Amino acid sequence: MSIEVNGRKVDWVENETVSQLLKRMRYIFPLVVVKIDDKVVPKKDFSNVIVPDNSKVAVIHMISGG
Amino acid sequence: MNRQKLDKIKKKLRRSSVGIAGVGGLGSNAAIALARAGVGRLVLVDFDKVEEKNLDRQYYFLDQVGKIKIEALKDSIRRINPEVIVETYNLKLVKGSMEKPFKDVDVVIEALDNAKTKAEFIEEILLKLPDKPVVAASGTAGYGHCDRIVTRRCGKLYLCYDEHAPSSEDDMLIAPRVGLMGNWEANLAIEIILGEDK
Repeated sequence: MSIEVNGRKVDWVENETVSQLLKRMRYIFPLVVVKIDDKVVPKKDFSNVIVPDNSKVAVIHMISGG
Repeated sequence: MNRQKLDKIKKKLRRSSVGIAGVGGLGSNAAIALARAGVGRLVLVDFDKVEEKNLDRQYYFLDQVGKIKIEALKDSIRRINPEVIVETYNLKLVKGSMEKPFKDVDVVIEALDNAKTKAEFIEEILLKLPDKPVVAASGTAGYGHCDRIVTRRCGKLYLCYDEHAPSSEDDMLIAPRVGLMGNWEANLAIEIILGEDK
């Protein structure tokens, strides 16, 4: 039972939300885009959406500058 | 080069369109590259005016200071390639309606400066226009470290990315790196339009 986060294999935790996963991964930067199995998770849903087993999670960190 | 291949590419580019959100350092450089490449239609969205301090990295000139950026850029594009159709939207992109100017372009380029707006824009376009390829950039500040920049693909999102770069709130934005990433975004847009160059 595992998931893939940014290409890294990590344990799957039952009932873990996106917010909790970000915290567990120590992704502390606040400005991220998250996709689970290629579907965007809106920021407002980070604390409701549960990360499913075997899923692929992409966390993209947006840095200011342009 | 094979003449037929060249004609085919030129024709395809002429029939294509790219929307650019923000015409600061990334967007102005990307727009000029796409105009030179012969992309037929560009949709430019920004609300700012050209300031002297922008000239250290953005594609504007001293005699354009005070002008509306999208109009100044449209003028520069006309001087390079008058065949490009340039549509301009002088507005600030706000949450809830960010996708509106980009509904009928082939590719959207995110070229905003603030991280929060970048994340909001990408999220909104991916959710509201799920079939639209989005090219974004993250990590433009500083100098050097060309080889840290990578293209990260994630479904319809193509990201020009340096995850170790400093934020522009803590570091400088300098012309070569900003230009590099703006051109990187333009290059990705061309690749999406034409397909991989094999």
